[in-house]
Amino acid sequence: MDFLRFLTRRIIYGLIVLWLISVATFILFFVAPPDVARTLAGKGATPQQVEGIRHRLGLDQPLIVQYFHYLNNLLHGNLGTSFYSGAPVTSMLKGDLPPTLSLIIGGAILWIIAGIGFGVLSATRARSLIDRVTTTGVLVGYSMPTFVLGGLLLFVVFYQFSKAGILWFQPGYYPFQESPITWLGRMILPWITLATVQVAVYSRLTRGSLLDALGEDYIRTARSKGLSERRVVYRHGLRAALIPVTTQLGVDIATLISGAVVTETVFNLGGVGQSTVQAVVRGDLFFILAVVILTATAVVVANIVVDVAYSFLDPRVRLT
Amino acid sequence: MSLTEVQTVGTSVEAASVQSIAGRSPWQLAWRRLRSDKVAVASGIVILLLCLVAVFAPLIADATGKSYAEQFRDTGLTNQGLPVGPSGQFWFGTDDLGRDIFIRVIYGARISLFVGLSSTAIAVIAGVIVGLYAGYFGGAVDAVLARFTDTVLAFPYLLLAIALAALFGPNLWMVIGVIAFFSWAALSRIVRGQTLSLKEKEYVEAARAIGSSPLRIMFIDILPNVMAPVIVIATLLVPSAIVFEATLSFLGVGVVPPTPSWGNMISDSLSWYTTSWWFLIFPSAALLVTTLAFNLLGDGIRDALDPQTERIFAGRRRRKKSLPIEGPALVEPPRPEVDEV
Repeated sequence: MDFLRFLTRRIIYGLIVLWLISVATFILFFVAPPDVARTLAGKGATPQQVEGIRHRLGLDQPLIVQYFHYLNNLLHGNLGTSFYSGAPVTSMLKGDLPPTLSLIIGGAILWIIAGIGFGVLSATRARSLIDRVTTTGVLVGYSMPTFVLGGLLLFVVFYQFSKAGILWFQPGYYPFQESPITWLGRMILPWITLATVQVAVYSRLTRGSLLDALGEDYIRTARSKGLSERRVVYRHGLRAALIPVTTQLGVDIATLISGAVVTETVFNLGGVGQSTVQAVVRGDLFFILAVVILTATAVVVANIVVDVAYSFLDPRVRLT
Repeated sequence: MSLTEVQTVGTSVEAASVQSIAGRSPWQLAWRRLRSDKVAVASGIVILLLCLVAVFAPLIADATGKSYAEQFRDTGLTNQGLPVGPSGQFWFGTDDLGRDIFIRVIYGARISLFVGLSSTAIAVIAGVIVGLYAGYFGGAVDAVLARFTDTVLAFPYLLLAIALAALFGPNLWMVIGVIAFFSWAALSRIVRGQTLSLKEKEYVEAARAIGSSPLRIMFIDILPNVMAPVIVIATLLVPSAIVFEATLSFLGVGVVPPTPSWGNMISDSLSWYTTSWWFLIFPSAALLVTTLAFNLLGDGIRDALDPQTERIFAGRRRRKKSLPIEGPALVEPPRPEVDEV
């Protein structure tokens, strides 16, 4: 029951955060509004025409009325319509989500597996060749801006391979349902781009906390019981070592989303990130609001999951 | 022999004996450790060179007789209108408009370093003041700071930065402001934590007892003792600010052409890498070398100020393997002797 109470409280708290963020975005938009109606009307439009468009979009109403109109729609599952294309935001998102989800999910899997894997490797073989190679990789990876890596990968991998006649690694998204193999080829470089900086951070973090954990008394106890080294490291050591890593994961969901915006642009995947940059520049309020709320939801949910994960990783942690 | 003479002799003898043991402040010790760290010294030299290049970019441009926006349509483009590669005339080649990439890269260094250093300076000043205040007085400022930091840490701030850029129009000051706004909170949390423990120390109590004002205690007694982590974080904030500026410029919402920034150069180059590799490689290399140098220097400074912590980029490990670290390492920052009057 403690668990249910914890969950309820966190969800309520999360909803409040989401509401605050939506209000903040709405207000921000009206502090310095891009003149959507004028842009839509085009050059040479009469003031009457601009006013007409403004009225049609509901932009001539007071802010508070617009906000409640939006909130009312939102509670009915309607995210509003784009100022520019006139299409419902929901259907725009539907088109943009597959590339973005492919990118984020694949990137996150690569990031976690490679990050923790390299960390364990270099911690259990401290000062070996593999430790030193990992360390050097971390050093460069950590300082590598996402778009620089993306550009270099396009140049070194995609371009050199395509010169040799291998056209597998191409920029641009290809739907998974149509050809998983082509999809994979298109996604590999973006995944590496998105994951590299994080792999560097995570392998460092895992290495440090695993070395700390392996120095604890209960590890000595486990060893003296005669457990195999593998069991000691993976079952006893790694489990405790993953706690700081999990904390970092909760924080980094936001980083992942920012990284996705850049990666999508470099590889021209045409996902939510790219559309958002465009929407923000043009002032397409409802699309922006939808993305902000989606991202914030992802962050809030991720943090709840992280907190729950603690208690599984470390029995000493109680959910309160 | 007069009394003053005796005193002089006495002190000089004392000075001599002290000299033979050579008392050094923790800052001096840190400086010595930093100087013996080859990687940190090399990074420092690279950064110094970058700064010189950035400062003297106009002079260098004058010496070569080119400006960053000048388009060499005759010599800088091939007959097909493609960029030309590195040569004696264009060291780093030219871009799609026939501009000299070398000149643009050194002007890009100006932007990067200016944004990196100024936004870090703002973040450090704000972070230190708020952190000291929140740590010393607690209360509402403390609570607001905690919530604010949580939100900032969890928010995909690139999106917000893009939104602000769109609202206020992309420009350099907006970029600096956004970076500073998102950087100061993390720093102030650390200052707050240190202040919280330092304000309970006897010497602060002593200062309070002799009637020092809270302002004096915060800035004269506590501040020097939180400087070590602040310096380390500041050094590491610079490269992340540089990357952030480059990312915004890359997305077209930071520094906009024709002003050269490494970010917008790389963005342009992505349509040209199949024919002109130099267009992509030189700005990328400049950006990577800069961030790497600052990260390595920051790591070296951390190591020098506090030899117990683990290096991020540990080439050699100093921690004894069998020695477990118990609980969070309580780091006593070095305390400069001059402040203990």
